[in-house]
Amino acid sequence: MSAVDLTQFHKTFFEESREGLDAMEAALLALDSGSTDHELVHTIFRAAHSIKGGAATFGFADVAAFTHVAESLLEEVRSERRAVDSGLIEVLLRSVDCMRAMLERSSLGQPVADAESEALRVELVQLVSGEIAAPAVAAASLVAPVSGWNIAFTALPHLLQTGNDPLRLFRELQQLGRLEVVRAFITDSAPAQLAELDPSQCHLGWELHLHGAVARGDVDAVFDWLDGDCELTIAPMVEPAAADAVPLTSDAPVPPAASASRPIRETATASSEGSSIRVGIDKVDALINMMGELVITQSMLSDIGEKFELSQLGRLRDGLVQLERATRELQESVMRIRMLPIASVFNRFPRLVHDLERKLDKRVRLELHGEHTELDKTVLEKIGDPLVHLVRNAIDHGLESPAQRKAAGKPETGTLKLNAYHEGGNIVVQISDDGAGLNHAAIVAKAQQRGLVAAGQELSDAEVAELIFQPGFSTAAQATDLSGRGVGMDVVRRNVRDLGGSVGVRSASGKGSTFTITLPLTLAIIDGLVTAVGHERYIVPLTSIVESLRLRADAVRKIAGGGEVFHFRDEYLPIMRLHRAFACSDAVTDIERGIVVVIEEDGRRVGLLVDDLLGQQQAVVKSLEAHYRRVQGISGATILSDGSVALIVDVGGVVRLGQHRKAA
Amino acid sequence: MYEDKRAAAPPLQQLTFSLADEEYGVDILVVREIRSWSRVTRIPQTPDYVLGVLNLRGAIVPIMDLRLRFGLQRESYGDDTVVIIVAIAERLFGIVVDAVSDVVDIDPAAIKPVPDMGAVVDTRYLKGLATHVERMVMLLDVEKLMRPEDVETLDAALPAVQDVEVAA
Repeated sequence: MSAVDLTQFHKTFFEESREGLDAMEAALLALDSGSTDHELVHTIFRAAHSIKGGAATFGFADVAAFTHVAESLLEEVRSERRAVDSGLIEVLLRSVDCMRAMLERSSLGQPVADAESEALRVELVQLVSGEIAAPAVAAASLVAPVSGWNIAFTALPHLLQTGNDPLRLFRELQQLGRLEVVRAFITDSAPAQLAELDPSQCHLGWELHLHGAVARGDVDAVFDWLDGDCELTIAPMVEPAAADAVPLTSDAPVPPAASASRPIRETATASSEGSSIRVGIDKVDALINMMGELVITQSMLSDIGEKFELSQLGRLRDGLVQLERATRELQESVMRIRMLPIASVFNRFPRLVHDLERKLDKRVRLELHGEHTELDKTVLEKIGDPLVHLVRNAIDHGLESPAQRKAAGKPETGTLKLNAYHEGGNIVVQISDDGAGLNHAAIVAKAQQRGLVAAGQELSDAEVAELIFQPGFSTAAQATDLSGRGVGMDVVRRNVRDLGGSVGVRSASGKGSTFTITLPLTLAIIDGLVTAVGHERYIVPLTSIVESLRLRADAVRKIAGGGEVFHFRDEYLPIMRLHRAFACSDAVTDIERGIVVVIEEDGRRVGLLVDDLLGQQQAVVKSLEAHYRRVQGISGATILSDGSVALIVDVGGVVRLGQHRKAA
Repeated sequence: MYEDKRAAAPPLQQLTFSLADEEYGVDILVVREIRSWSRVTRIPQTPDYVLGVLNLRGAIVPIMDLRLRFGLQRESYGDDTVVIIVAIAERLFGIVVDAVSDVVDIDPAAIKPVPDMGAVVDTRYLKGLATHVERMVMLLDVEKLMRPEDVETLDAALPAVQDVEVAA
């Protein structure tokens, strides 16, 4: 084989292919929404072509074979021999999904072709008219259980000169299934006289039977490199009972022109985005490290500045101002490296909405705003799933069917709006629909049934909305019989909380609902409360803190098992003595002398006993795992202005410890 | 021929240090720096020989006391206490020793296997024994000190420890 190790390029190939597929998808959806821009077709074709080329080069024969057929179909569209219709777009969208899945499997080193991809390939082959009709006939039987393949393989004389060796091919075939050589023969091209025989020429042909359920793509792959070096026919050996007809076109319901007006952002942005960030994350992390250092230096200098002699104060202050500015600039520019537009997440929604419309028989107009709002990459990666969840819920439960909407005097097509914007140091993402709104009666009924609310209890709108975020509020049954939204909303809230953000809902009956997610710009810096426990300093993330209070000794009740609880706004909260959980010496043990910080995670609250509160500060989050390991109850570390290390409390972990304690 | 090759093997440079009147050596190539003691931040749920973490130019680096690791006592930590920062597979950690002595060349051919000493030092953490100027140097296998298995066993043991703590 070649001396170049191609595997080193695989990652890039997969990355580029994914981008190509995204571009194809976006362009297809734009075509579906009525755009007639011919450039879109070219975009799709180009993407398919380069994926095919890459796949063939790097030895992903199945992917290449599949893409080849899709490309043939696209070629017909490009040369205007075939009109674009919803059926075609549907097939091509499914092809994109299929290629995506195939690439995914390739990247994991798994077998690539499966029944689904094979069936789709056959469907595509059948769609392609004209010159490749012949293979289409052969391929039509592919979906049926194939017992094997008849392969007639005749080498052209120059076969050996191109570096091919029939023996190697046979060995490869043998790995696919049981190979039987039915006949081997000498071709007509062979010289009549043995003396004239040129050993570099090949004059042999074979008839082979390959037994076993082997995918056509795998067989094709073996002969992939022999294009023009041999005569080859591959025909299936089919079980007599086989061959159910494959549907010629997709029979997915095609909505009328309603979708024609759907505005979707230009494809130009779709193909250009994402290509900008290929910075090794380690380099980025190193920069962030540097930035953290500078932040620390700056705060150290401020410390000195506060205690410095008066005569020098002016100069020192000037320097400090400069340092501070430099720090801020570096911080901003460094952070910007990790920032990506939220468009990369928003981009999946046109497709999602497109699929859901068909599945749920609803009409949706999707509006995207603020796609260029930038978010930290890590936040971006984790916000996708919650957003998908909310969008799916909005269409499934929020928006009514066209008939219901008409009856309610609303346009048949519902509107789903996604909006991202900056607000203070946060990013706000809003998902709003003009559907029916939360069904208060149904939610309250469900809550009563589950014992979350007492019968007859009056609830405010906000309280009702809050109910849908209750863990376990939703079950599979509710997804169908409840028109409110309960499906996994607690998971959405937890995911958003994990990112240090919050999620809320506003709803008006008959007018729709708006879910608002507020996220920090980045995970690398948090706002924290510095607490003292013995000689140690612990940072408690500000977003998790409900309240801090001093307790009187008589407010504390002991419960069986040695636990302590205290009364806090209609509920009893467990007290977690941080010095005990973290085994700190010299800490305040008298509850009256310490301070209780009430923290909340997932609706569960715990009172954290600390010695003292030292103030609020921004903390640059550092990993403990980089050089040590994960520690339960600790989410990371930070460096204080005196250069010492303070640990950051993992509120979720600590609350779970507290629950543990209650159970014990 | 074999003999020739072995003789030609480059000497191993070892940083030697003392610990409870014994002489140890670590491969100089894993040593990043030597620094004096500074206060560390304790980490919960950690064996006692891991004293805590400190800030090494922005990295949060765990510090292990070798005396405690070997089951000995350390009286006090002061300015004379020495911390050797080592790097294994890009992970940094510090080991607290009594004093750093020297950098010596050890002939690989002269390294003897470790007999089962059954004593203070767990021989698992030694690569071998060498003699340098009439003194025996125990060559430390730093990698094993921070072995992943150790970490795993610890993690497995942790929930149990917590249950005890919680119930207490």
